[in-house]
Parts: sequence; structure tokens; C-alpha cells
Amino acid sequence: MTAAVTAQAGTAAPPLTRIRGRGRPRLSGRLLASLILLVLAAAFVIPLLWVILAAVNGDPNQGIRIMWPHPFTLDNFKAVMTPETTYIPLLNGAILCVGGTLITMVCATLAAYPLSRYRSRLKRPFLVTILFSTGLPITAIMVPVYGLFVQLALDDSIPATMVFMATTALPISIWLTKNFMDGIPIELEEAAWTDGASPMRGLWGIVMPLMGPGLSVVAIYTFIGLWGNFFVPFILLLTPEKQPMSVTIYTFFGQYGQVVYGQLAAYSLLYSLPSVLLYLVLSRRLGGAFAFGGGVKG
Amino acid sequence: MAATWAEVRPTAPPGGRTRRTLLRGLPIVPSVVLLVVFLAGPILYCIYAAFTNMALTGQVGTQFIGFANFTRAFSDPAFINSVWLTVVFTVVSAIIGQNVVGMVLALLMRSGYAVARALTSAFVIGAWVLPEVVAAYLWQAVLGPDGSWNTVTGLFHLPPQNWLFTTPIIAVSIANIWRGTAFSMLVYSAALSEVPRDLEEAALVDGAGRLRLLTSITIPLVRRTIATNLMLITLQTLSVFGLIYTMTKGGPSEKSMTLPLFAYNQAFVSADLGYGTAIALLLLVIGGIFSVIYLRILSKSEPVR
Repeated sequence: MTAAVTAQAGTAAPPLTRIRGRGRPRLSGRLLASLILLVLAAAFVIPLLWVILAAVNGDPNQGIRIMWPHPFTLDNFKAVMTPETTYIPLLNGAILCVGGTLITMVCATLAAYPLSRYRSRLKRPFLVTILFSTGLPITAIMVPVYGLFVQLALDDSIPATMVFMATTALPISIWLTKNFMDGIPIELEEAAWTDGASPMRGLWGIVMPLMGPGLSVVAIYTFIGLWGNFFVPFILLLTPEKQPMSVTIYTFFGQYGQVVYGQLAAYSLLYSLPSVLLYLVLSRRLGGAFAFGGGVKG
Repeated sequence: MAATWAEVRPTAPPGGRTRRTLLRGLPIVPSVVLLVVFLAGPILYCIYAAFTNMALTGQVGTQFIGFANFTRAFSDPAFINSVWLTVVFTVVSAIIGQNVVGMVLALLMRSGYAVARALTSAFVIGAWVLPEVVAAYLWQAVLGPDGSWNTVTGLFHLPPQNWLFTTPIIAVSIANIWRGTAFSMLVYSAALSEVPRDLEEAALVDGAGRLRLLTSITIPLVRRTIATNLMLITLQTLSVFGLIYTMTKGGPSEKSMTLPLFAYNQAFVSADLGYGTAIALLLLVIGGIFSVIYLRILSKSEPVR
């Protein structure tokens, strides 16, 4: 709750070691921590090397292993950047995920407002249910969802899939948004209420502008989750022309025997790009990574 | 529902009493409708289907068969195997892996140099931002037969191994740790930034060691966050599908066939919708058991607001 406020101020706390200067070598502690961090960073970056090196490797016989590109080429990108492999799935994914994120954000913000501002007997049971459904194994309910979609003749429909994907992201978004909203003081709205503004006017005019960082976090979290979601569109969208990149990358490269790994890597990079870009653009406004976790604690 | 909302503060927004209380609950309606139609509905349907012999193709011969699907599951060695693999996957990759690595990273971030902090969080968050199918291909490249892991072990003259073949559940667990640690790291970083400095300083002045400071002051102060985070990552890990499906398809010989994949295979590959939903329901129950445990821990310290 207060983390959201901390994040708004954009201030990262000073490093801890500064306070333990008393009688202890201050530098060695920071140096040691930094070294361990760099070792861990290396462990995290090694798998990333494959996708980058393989994408620019012109060797047609390269397998899934990390090797220096020889010869260096951009042909892999050229080969996959065709309408049916990249552009149409990219557009489908954009429609699904941008639409889904917008639906989630609107519903979550509206729902978070009464949860944050008013008291109710139903609030605690509702929040506990939300917290539980946050981790609901969507895979588990996909079988009945597929059945539901078939019976309502909604299977293979992009709008229906979009709304369903938005719903899967809704519990965590409501939870995060409510926690961020708790960090906005209510006094400003009370003043507006006294002046005759409606609660919705207070939400739109006062709370929302102050929630920029919090809403950015929810937007990033929702979009990345939806963009990476492979299973839901895989089950609900049957026509290849309607599938987003998350499914295309699997069906195009995963199911056929001979895979050109350079193209697979190039495609992986293209597919990852929107998530990375959104993160870079929005996280700049957050003043560091701290804001992310702020919405999670009860 | 709407009639029961009361304000937190005495100052009330304008409007008549009845209309006002109705209006207050109104914003929550769109979310509730979506959640009921697309989540609660399918769960109820799941419960119904689990007691039938429903098949994927057509519902003509569907019959109510009581607990037959469940008794079949508990006498099915493949199911028991799948439950164990799911528990191993969840404990190794979420409760131990993501949780501990995330906490270690968050703690180190407090004292490391800015350059080291920036580099590490960039790579860790990069792993989280990448879509799961891509993550799966990356880890095939590392753990496969000519993967870079074997290049490293080869330097020490250890025999090359195909990790995806010999211990696939460990291979997918490692991939899941790599992918999910960012979440725990961010959550713990935020929580640790709120630990009062003067409290830790006082402990240090009183002669507490570094480890003692951690176990007696820092960790207890963020234990609520730890419980919430454990609950979130456990539930998320229980339902991991795409990563395992892309890396191993549950194989070889079902050695990484966790419950989501098992339910998928039964329902969509074997077209046995009734048995598949019964498995899915049991997965929900396992998630429920974990949730109840964590909610107990949470409510012991302070009620959820």
C-alpha cells in the first residue's frame, strides 16, 4: 500500500550497507553483494544468448545450441516477416491483447473503487475470492470453457476470446488496482464530494490522475500476461488466420519435423518485441522497478 | 450486494440514501458479470462434467456416472505419477526456486552497486517479459544434448547429458524458476524498501550479526508479503502449461506430465471430456488446499483488508 506511494515519489531507498558503516568495512559488503548479483545476472542472461545469436546465424544446419553466428545474416528475419507468419498473427495478437488489456483495466478500476473507498460486510469474502481466483489454473477450466464456447457458437471468435482473456486477467488486476488505490489519500475526494462532485467524477478527475504508476504496473502486467498466453487462444481459436503470434510460433515451428532454427529464433525475437517495448516505455515513468511489487502485499 | 456498502469515512458523497448505496456497488458489476460468466460458470460446468462420461465429440450419450471418474483417477498410476510430478514441480520451482532466489536477489539489491543492480534487474525482468513459448525454446537450447550446460560440464570432463530426457521435471523446473523469479524479486524489493531502517540500525548497534538481523528482524517484518507472494506463485505454478508443453510435451514416457498436461491429454487427445474435467477439478482442489494454508498464515497475522 505505502509502496505505491513510495513509487510515486520515485525515490529508491538508500543502500542498506551505508548504515552499517560502524566498525565494518563498508565497501567490501557492497562489493560482495554486487559480485553475487553479477553472477546471478550471468546465469539469467545465458539462455537469452541463444535466441540473439541464432537469429543472425546464416548456417542452415544450426540446431538448438548456443554457437557463434557464421555467417552473420539478417535473412532469418526476412524469411519470417511475411503476412501469414508474422504480420497477420501480430495484428491478431494486438487486437486480442490491447482489447483485452483495455477491458481488464476499465473493469478492474471500476471494481477497485468501491473496494478501496467503502466498507461492506461483503468486501472481505469478495477479496478472498478474488485472491484465490488470482491463481486459478486457467488450464484446468479450459475444458469446460471450450465446451461453453462450442455450445454458444463462440468458438473461433476473436471478440469472445478477447473478453475471456480479459476475464482471466481480471482477478489479479482488481487485486493490484485496489491496493494501489488504497495508497491514494481520500481527503482530496472528500473535498470534491463536499463541492458536489459524484464519486465517479472523483474517481475520474482525482484518483485516476494520481494512479499513473499503479495503473502502468497493472497495464504491463496484464498485457505481458495476455501476450504470452499460448493456451487460451490455442484452444479457442481454430482458424490459423485468426491466431495470435503466441500460437503461430508454436504451430508453425513446433509441429513440423524440419525446423529452421535461425528463423525460429528470429521469430521469437519479433514476438517478444511488443512486451519488451511496452515494459521499457511504461517502466520509465515508474522510477525503477519498485512500483511493481507494491500492489501485491495485502 | 450494492445495498450494503458503507463509507470508510463519515463524509459521504452526495445523493439520497437508497440511490447512493445502490450507486456505490454499481462499479463492481461489470467485473462480477465477467467473473461469473467466464470463471464461475465454467467451474460449475467442470463440476457437473466430472460426474459424467461426456466425450469431446457430441454430447449424445452423456450419462451421469457418479464418482467413477474420481475412483478411476485414484486407481490410475498415470494420475498418481502426475500428482507427484505436479507437487515436485511446484515445490522445486515456486516455493523453493522463485521464492528463495527472488528474496536473495531483493536482499542483494539493497546493498549492491547501482550498475550491478541495474544489470541484474534488466536480465531477470527480461526473462519474465519473454513469452513462455520463447522461454521454452531458450531452455531447450541450454539443457538439450548439445546445449551450453553440457559445454560447461564438459570442461570438467563430466559425461554429456540430455537433461530434457533424463530428468525432464528438473529441466522444466529450472526453466520456470528462470521465468518466474522476477515477480518474487519485484514483490520482495517493494516490501523490503518499507522495512524501517532505524529498526535494523538499532539491531546492528545492539550487536546483531548480519544473519541474525535477517532472521529476527527483516524476514519477520515482511512475512505477510512472503505468504501472499507464496500463494500467488504457487497457484500460478500449479497451472503452468505452455512452458512444459513446448519443452517436453509431458514426456519422455510421462516423466514431466504435470496435472494440467494430463487433464489436457485426457480431454483433448483422448477425447474423454468427463475424465479430463475430473482431473482438472482435482487440480483446482490442490490449488484450494494450498490457498487455505496460505490464507491461514495470512489471517493469523492480520485480516485481509
